[in-house]
Amino acid sequence: MSMVSQAHESAHLHVSGRATYTDDIAELAGTLHAAFGLSSQAHARVRDLDLTAVRAMPGVVDVIIAADIPGPNQIGVIFHDEPLLADGVVLHVGQPLFAVVATSHELARKAARAAKVDYVALPHTVSAREAKANRASVAPGRDLRRGDVEAALAAAPHQVQGRISIGGQEHFYLESQAAYAVPREDGTLWIHSSTQHPSEMQQLAAKLLKIAAKDVVVECRRMGGGFGGKESQSHFFALTAALFAMRLQRPVKFRPDRDDDFMVTGKRHAFEIDYQAGFDDYGVLRGAHYDHLVQCGYSADYSPAVADRAVFHADNAYYVPTSRCTSFRAKTHTQSATAFRGFGGPQGMLGIEMVLDDIAYQLRRDPLDVRLANLYGVKNRNLTAYGSQVEGNVLPQIVTQLAQTSDYRARRAAIREWNRASPIVKKGIALTPVMFGISFGATHLNQGAALVQVYTDGSVLVNHGGTEMGQGLHTKVLQVVAHELGLPMSAVRISATDTAKVPNTPSTAASSGADLNCMAAWAACQTLKARLVPCAAQQLGIDAAAVTFHQGLVGDSAKNLEFAELTQAAFMAQISLSATGFYRVPEIGYDFATMQGKPFYYFAFGAAVSEVQIDTLTGESKVTRVDILHDVGASLNPALDRGQIEGAFVQGMGWLTTEELVWDEAGRLRTHAPSTYKIPVASDVPADFRVDLFDTPNVADTIYKSKAVGEPPFMLALSVFFALRDAIAAVADHRIAPKLDAPATAERILFAVEGLRSA
Amino acid sequence: MTPAPALRSLNFFAAFPYGGVGEKFKLLPAYSFPSIASNSMLTPLQTSRSTVATGIRFYRRAAWHSLDGFKPTRTVLQYLREDCGHTGTKEGCAEGDCGACTVIVSDLAHGQARHQAINSCIALLPALHGKALTTVEDLADADGTLHPVQQAMVDCHASQCGFCTPGFVMALYELYQRHAGGTVPNRGEINDALAGNLCRCTGYRPIVDAAVQMFALRESAQHVARRSNTIKALRGNAVKSAALLDSSAGKWFAPRQLDELLRCVAHHPQARIVAGTTDVGLWITKQMREFDQLVSLVEVAALRQLKATRTRLTIGAAVTWSEALPHLVRHFPALEELLRRFASPLIRNSATVGGNLANGSPIGDSMPAFIALGATLDLAAWDLRSRTVVARSLSLEDFYLAYQKIALQPGEVVTGVRLPLLAADTHFCTYKISKRFDQDISAVAAGFAWRVRAGKIIAARVAFGGMAGTPKRASGCEAALLGRPLNQATIQHAQAALDQDFAPLSDMRASADYRRLVARNLLQRAFLEATGTLAPSLHAQEVLA
Repeated sequence: MSMVSQAHESAHLHVSGRATYTDDIAELAGTLHAAFGLSSQAHARVRDLDLTAVRAMPGVVDVIIAADIPGPNQIGVIFHDEPLLADGVVLHVGQPLFAVVATSHELARKAARAAKVDYVALPHTVSAREAKANRASVAPGRDLRRGDVEAALAAAPHQVQGRISIGGQEHFYLESQAAYAVPREDGTLWIHSSTQHPSEMQQLAAKLLKIAAKDVVVECRRMGGGFGGKESQSHFFALTAALFAMRLQRPVKFRPDRDDDFMVTGKRHAFEIDYQAGFDDYGVLRGAHYDHLVQCGYSADYSPAVADRAVFHADNAYYVPTSRCTSFRAKTHTQSATAFRGFGGPQGMLGIEMVLDDIAYQLRRDPLDVRLANLYGVKNRNLTAYGSQVEGNVLPQIVTQLAQTSDYRARRAAIREWNRASPIVKKGIALTPVMFGISFGATHLNQGAALVQVYTDGSVLVNHGGTEMGQGLHTKVLQVVAHELGLPMSAVRISATDTAKVPNTPSTAASSGADLNCMAAWAACQTLKARLVPCAAQQLGIDAAAVTFHQGLVGDSAKNLEFAELTQAAFMAQISLSATGFYRVPEIGYDFATMQGKPFYYFAFGAAVSEVQIDTLTGESKVTRVDILHDVGASLNPALDRGQIEGAFVQGMGWLTTEELVWDEAGRLRTHAPSTYKIPVASDVPADFRVDLFDTPNVADTIYKSKAVGEPPFMLALSVFFALRDAIAAVADHRIAPKLDAPATAERILFAVEGLRSA
Repeated sequence: MTPAPALRSLNFFAAFPYGGVGEKFKLLPAYSFPSIASNSMLTPLQTSRSTVATGIRFYRRAAWHSLDGFKPTRTVLQYLREDCGHTGTKEGCAEGDCGACTVIVSDLAHGQARHQAINSCIALLPALHGKALTTVEDLADADGTLHPVQQAMVDCHASQCGFCTPGFVMALYELYQRHAGGTVPNRGEINDALAGNLCRCTGYRPIVDAAVQMFALRESAQHVARRSNTIKALRGNAVKSAALLDSSAGKWFAPRQLDELLRCVAHHPQARIVAGTTDVGLWITKQMREFDQLVSLVEVAALRQLKATRTRLTIGAAVTWSEALPHLVRHFPALEELLRRFASPLIRNSATVGGNLANGSPIGDSMPAFIALGATLDLAAWDLRSRTVVARSLSLEDFYLAYQKIALQPGEVVTGVRLPLLAADTHFCTYKISKRFDQDISAVAAGFAWRVRAGKIIAARVAFGGMAGTPKRASGCEAALLGRPLNQATIQHAQAALDQDFAPLSDMRASADYRRLVARNLLQRAFLEATGTLAPSLHAQEVLA
């Protein structure tokens, strides 16, 4: 059963400018504005930090350095290796060194530039390869083995090997990071932050301020986009605002300028993957070996977990009988790479997709046939390298169906024909599948909580642990509550995510928002119904077993009363009208040391066919048609789910085409604003964009048998990369696998073309 | 080779009457400049011979608003969000690249009301003088009835996080008004209208759907009435005075007469000349530079002229790219793709032709094409001794001396550009290569113009941007083409020469190797197009579709 395509609960506010984001909150009198002073050096000892001029700048009220933090200067989320403010040593260009507050945003930013810093340069590197050579890492590596891959490779009839370099990605949430901290009575603090992780922010604020979590409230009504970039990264700004607010006992707002946001915050991890594989005459894999080199930046942040997911997903959707995946987490003097939609999955999957594409070139077969030959089986060939059975595998069905509906075979043949007559412009096409594991890698995080409050007038206020960043989570939770209580959507409201209402929540991440929080809200509704049903039965004089909640009425087919009447009656009968709901994901768990077990509750599947054109004189490219078939289980909201699929696909397409992060030799990020960092615009989206939901109930027992949808479709964009590769290969009649790194910018495409021409 | 500047007196400017008096607000005593010695901080920028009011006024929410004494570098967005607390309009980048801050500015152009979407984050508040401002909060009716643009966005699920949404709504509002006559845009035009607005959530498909669907919905009577009241206000209370700010917070002068402008610039060489502020805006928001004195030339009527004769097209320096675009395309169809890709429509609504040319950026989009076309730049200054306007012209390529160095004398202002119309036997084409097709800064831009007569190339102008410290002609390449037949052998010869013309740099947009290779290949593409063996670029096909 799919639910209806309810509009986003804030859509009418979005379009009329009435949706309130953190920077839109009416400022209290006396509000100050914060800015960071940033390191100009990639790696240096700070010999002298002279802030005299900063303090003397107009409007400046206060300046803080590391030593001014009451508690530990430590905001690392997995390891304690990350200071809020650099202390003595700077580790990347853009690292916060001090913070200033002034009477206006503009004055704070001006003042932040006035510092005189005496640096003693230390050796730095922006290259993960160089870091690995120096054995510089932020976390222990991994080596996940299955069987004797060396022997399998040696014995296989054919081998491929290669290397792909994969760029990182800036989140480019349209709303920059933002926080507003307001001191409240008796040493307490209220923080409104654009954050995916209010609970962690609350904990950290309490630690840094040496107060208790009970004294800090973190609230988030909505974010203007998150994508993983407002999990740990929002802490910099909110905690600094909190420090000033408590120190000065004045409201403090911190919203960095876009360029500062780019310079301070982490991005998607850049990877280099070396691969080797052995296969038979049909392209069926005997074994595959990957070495992941992960550019983590200056601290661990979420890197160990991100790099682990890349290892888990090194198989994407394919059965590989023997395999090995090593992972080195390189420490570089760059921003600390962080969570980003897909969380290592996209990079890991790109490795095996390169392998299969290379195999197709070597065997001169259609890459789709090679992919089909290696897909996980439905009943056998379905054990992963980490010891999980792939259950509910609908991918063979999805791929077959999509190949038909997209007319892949005929189009591929037509494209080959077209290319023969077109010396300059070449077309390409590719189909790639996705199999993405759903659950937080850290098993304990797979929990959700909600609070449902019914008022005596029959209206309902819901609060839950998830945050709204545009994905429509609040809409889905509203739908569930309205559905369970038999009420119209208009009778239910969701209030801002608030640590004072629902505590100890995980980050809204890992695509888990709806799975966890809808289930928690559902559970709260069951509790309420269990209390209300006897009351209704008594009021109506009917059997409790016959009572249903439907269209604002409670009762059976013959007798009923309005929900508001029931809630009034329940109040009079001294029945509690508020309930918490809690949900923990069942069944999952794995041995962290060996990476064996069941890390994922279930998998989400999907596939995409992309068709592209390239100009072999300039390397420019264009995606002309995309067909997607994606598995969302029984959809909670087809319109929102489609929105997630399309949005993720386009974001993935940007990652693999135009979005390029460039650090110069000195370690300065040169692409630090939308003028230099290019995310897709409307014209980049194919005019022919066909998206279908594979609407089949989840085999796992999720909310209404739906599936998570936030991240999995991101990786559908791999089809664009391989379609580009297909178009490039046309230059040499598909005899040679092109050497192409990501992102496939016009420059990389042109040089790949040149490479084939001179081969 | 720099030709000696031709000095001539520009007495025709005297034909323009002085205006700018009689506003119904604060009047200051008359002031005239005795000499250049009066360049103190307290010297007013205005040079009118008569009384002039200070302050600006603009129309918003059914009323004229007067402002004075504020810092002239205050942006429209700062005014809205920080001064008014009207937070519907968002800041996404503060550099005119994301469109979250899009607002509508209405004015009368040649008597016709127009409603243009601009980036409020880099638009300076004093530039609103005499205009009307509409923001996203102003579209819906008091009872909450949404405007068709807004309703279509809701119906199409076109907002997710919602932060970019106000900007998209305003950009689409301009598109809606442009088609008020009942026409409907195609996908290409919708893409163009949205080229300055970034969305990170939706993947744009539902926004494009909304852009189609909105035309099926009608504006409410109240909305139509509000807009017509705005137009009435602009007509009925036409602001004819020069905008002037003169306080300790800073000075702003936006004269309406050229001689006023030139005299002001002559007396205040330290004043920053601005037009659309699509670049200077970033100096303010990003580099945090301070400007105490600004002189805007966008209101100078003489610089807003656009004139075509049988032999040439003359564009005044203050003509915006949006205004110039249809004229340029009519006379030079090969410019269409380049101009569509010139920044974004939001920027083109503010940015001026003169501003782009005078900016002198080595990666400006228009210069290579204009140099290939043989453009001539007109400059003028007020001569303090003779007390007359002196003008000179020089070919565009001679204007660019070195990286960020232009042949502009102190007190001199770019007044316009003249483009000779193409002879029938001239092949002209132009290209822009960038990471992203729309709204990106070029890695390489190129313009090619050659004439073939009796099988031989008798004239060749080849210019590149992104290949050197300035936009520059490829003299070796031109020489290699000249006098030879237009064939593949000649092109190969010219490609080799082209390699010697430039030593490009590597940066975040492209490597030197790529720039060199693409420059060669663009010459090849120009040849293939000229000989009819190749269709235009990948994207041009879609535009035609």
